[in-house]
Amino acid sequence: MATSRLSKGFARALHLTPSSWAPETVNREMKHFRSAITPAAQKMPGRYGGRHTVTALAGDGIGPEMMEHVKGIFALAHVPVDFEELNLNSSNIKQGENDLQEAITSIQRNGVALKGNVETKFDDPAFKSRNMELRKQLDLRANVLHCSTVPTVPSRHTGINIIMIRENTEGEYSGQEHTCVPGVVESLKIVTRERIEWISHFAFDYALRHGRKKITAVHKANIQKLGDGLFLKVVNDVSKLYPQIKCDSMIVDNASMQLVAKPQQFDIMLMPNLYGNIISNIACGLVGGPGLVSGVNIGNDYAVFETGTRNTGSSLIGKDIANPTSFLRASVDMLKYLGLSEHADMISDAIFRTLTERMVHTPDIGGKHKTSDMIRSVRDYLQEEMDLRK
Amino acid sequence: MTSILFTLICLTVPAVLTAPRNGRQITPSTPSIVTDSIIIDPIVTDSIVIDPIVTYSIDGSITDPSIQPCPLSMCPHPGMRLPDESSSTSPCYCPPLPDPMIKCFRKDFPQVARAFHNSSRLDASAIRTHLIPGVRKTQAKYGGRHRCTVLPGDGIGPEMFDHLKKIFIACHAPIDFEVVQVSSSLQSGDMEAALTAIQRNGVGIKGNIETKHHDATFKSRNVELRHRMDLYANILHCVSIPTIPTRHNNIDIVIIRENTEGEYSGLEHESIPGVVESIKIVTQGKIERISRMAFEYAKINKRKKVTAVHKANIQKLGDGLFLKVAKEMAAKHYPEIKFESMIVDNASMQLVAKPQQFDVMLMPNLYGNIISNIACGLIGGPGLVSGMNIGDKYAVFETGTRNTGSSLVGKDVANPTAFIRAGVDMLRYLGCDSHANIISDALWKTLTVDGIHTPDLKGTGKTSEMVRATIKNIRELQH
Repeated sequence: MATSRLSKGFARALHLTPSSWAPETVNREMKHFRSAITPAAQKMPGRYGGRHTVTALAGDGIGPEMMEHVKGIFALAHVPVDFEELNLNSSNIKQGENDLQEAITSIQRNGVALKGNVETKFDDPAFKSRNMELRKQLDLRANVLHCSTVPTVPSRHTGINIIMIRENTEGEYSGQEHTCVPGVVESLKIVTRERIEWISHFAFDYALRHGRKKITAVHKANIQKLGDGLFLKVVNDVSKLYPQIKCDSMIVDNASMQLVAKPQQFDIMLMPNLYGNIISNIACGLVGGPGLVSGVNIGNDYAVFETGTRNTGSSLIGKDIANPTSFLRASVDMLKYLGLSEHADMISDAIFRTLTERMVHTPDIGGKHKTSDMIRSVRDYLQEEMDLRK
Repeated sequence: MTSILFTLICLTVPAVLTAPRNGRQITPSTPSIVTDSIIIDPIVTDSIVIDPIVTYSIDGSITDPSIQPCPLSMCPHPGMRLPDESSSTSPCYCPPLPDPMIKCFRKDFPQVARAFHNSSRLDASAIRTHLIPGVRKTQAKYGGRHRCTVLPGDGIGPEMFDHLKKIFIACHAPIDFEVVQVSSSLQSGDMEAALTAIQRNGVGIKGNIETKHHDATFKSRNVELRHRMDLYANILHCVSIPTIPTRHNNIDIVIIRENTEGEYSGLEHESIPGVVESIKIVTQGKIERISRMAFEYAKINKRKKVTAVHKANIQKLGDGLFLKVAKEMAAKHYPEIKFESMIVDNASMQLVAKPQQFDVMLMPNLYGNIISNIACGLIGGPGLVSGMNIGDKYAVFETGTRNTGSSLVGKDVANPTAFIRAGVDMLRYLGCDSHANIISDALWKTLTVDGIHTPDLKGTGKTSEMVRATIKNIRELQH
């Protein structure tokens, strides 16, 4: 019988606990799980007396519950963050416009927000998507997700470590549609050189800062020659300014097939709006589901943190089975952005140990525990850590 | 105790997991009595499949030589002989473990145990082409033989057609081929000859024609063909084939995708320098057509559910119209078929996590492109699935994911399955059911029983080997 080294993926698949790994491996995995967000370059406008003020938009579905958990954990860890809570949900259309303006003003004041998803009812064409409006008006041009496999969470692939950088404001999500003749609908997809240049520079700067080697631009330029052709051309021009980063391109259908067959080949994926949406959902599905990955919407001035795949989770309200990991990781990303790295790492390590040592998995990743079990475990680890530091 | 079990599992995986290699005899396994009684937790997500090629052990050495591989949970062919490294023709065998060990394993690790449960459909009819809706009048039938236009295209297209011709000859299929050269290097105007030929013959079979996307004025010939022939439906049937190493089992999805309008309208312009507008046009008439095709397909092939994939929360008017039309048609004319809708990002995530939940998927053009590529990737790659482009009057058959394969030209390593199945689809469309079934069953036998897999399926077989084996199987089936 042939023998070979134990595959890390196999160990993970069989839930071999880190107690049987070498300490270096555990530390390395824990560090990898931590948020990769770098602190903001500019001074945070919402910072008074050493405490930050952050806008909290609970949204619909499980958002409010998750926000409560986050507040509890922040209180336990003595995080110097105050929440300015605002209602932004899909319940009242007329009220909605005012709510949206209030939320935008608040974020402009504070600079940072943590949000749940606001459901967009697609029966009424006049009802503009609140999430989209927020992104457009605050000019949050980039959406960044970090999809990587977490040890002990069952997934069919191992060794995935992909950053998805997706254009967040233009493209197919322009919202410009009209019925020119009854029965014929035209939707406009608008792309501009300026925004593509911005997102390309963002992607290459990100690659440099985090030591990444390769950027793959995803497009459909064989069909949309001018639109995605412009995208490709601009990315190629910008890549010449960063010769140390390898840049290649892939058509979106081939990219999705490669992602499903061999996701380890991708490092950073740079995408326009719609392809980015679909491809980031595929990648999140590959690493274990929508409950694990967090995403950040970043612009020149503001940053809004949310779950990676923007699910409302309306079917999970009140059942205590939703996975809080993505929301907690979004809050950790936010702390990193605010410069509170110590608190961020503490909470991130507590989440990592909950998932890997105690193996508290919610049903969406194949376990039987409840949300409250997981939160309790995170709080226990945090308390341990806080006691150690006293 | 737990650590011993872990040790045992790690040690039992070696070689038991190795997929049947080329040339080995594999006979379909009967469902094991013990695997049938595994309790499957409904909340648990679908099983983990570990790459069957890699072998595992702890610390690089086996300390206890009496450890044996576990038969049921690991080996896809319980009760058969393990592949022996020295002899390539011995069948698979897993020696039995003492009972308490088996029970413990099943109770503690139902996920892993389930992971290796073989596909339940071991029947050749799994890859036979379905009935295609619509009434067709046969065209160009001289002397009992049909005529078909062949567009070899770029890349591996021409080689694949040679193989297909050999197979058709071996099977005595009543098809004559009319070859029209259309390739990306020739000037415009050659499409006219191809289009006239297809109009005359009624059916066509084509390879992919590469679209150079550096030149903005170069119209995509594939898209032009579909527009001019009004091939409004693109139908793919993605089904898992046993013995092909994949991470999911029991996939059986039919993807029906609108083929002519939507994002592929080709209408773009640069309104001001630096700003490009692309127009996506959807019309009620075409949406009705494709929805009807989907529901009819589901009805005559006895499918239970149709899932419409859309992005109506963002494109309210465009995809809103799509959803509205599909819902109304489902409610009014096809109440017996279950209809559901799913946003495209959620659909792609579900497809990657649990593809077994989908039956028939109905989609507009762009989402259909991406989702069909995901589905093809899930069942084993672009070399396995064929796609039909069906219109009211004409039909053109090709590979499912429309790859040119330019890097595989002349190397004899490309997977011919997709092209052969395109030929089978064409025979089915023309009504030559017996020939279609013979070729399909022969292909099934080549892939599963003979186990000849090309490198894209992680095997070492060659294209020519596969074709030769298929022809041999055809001859056997004919007698």
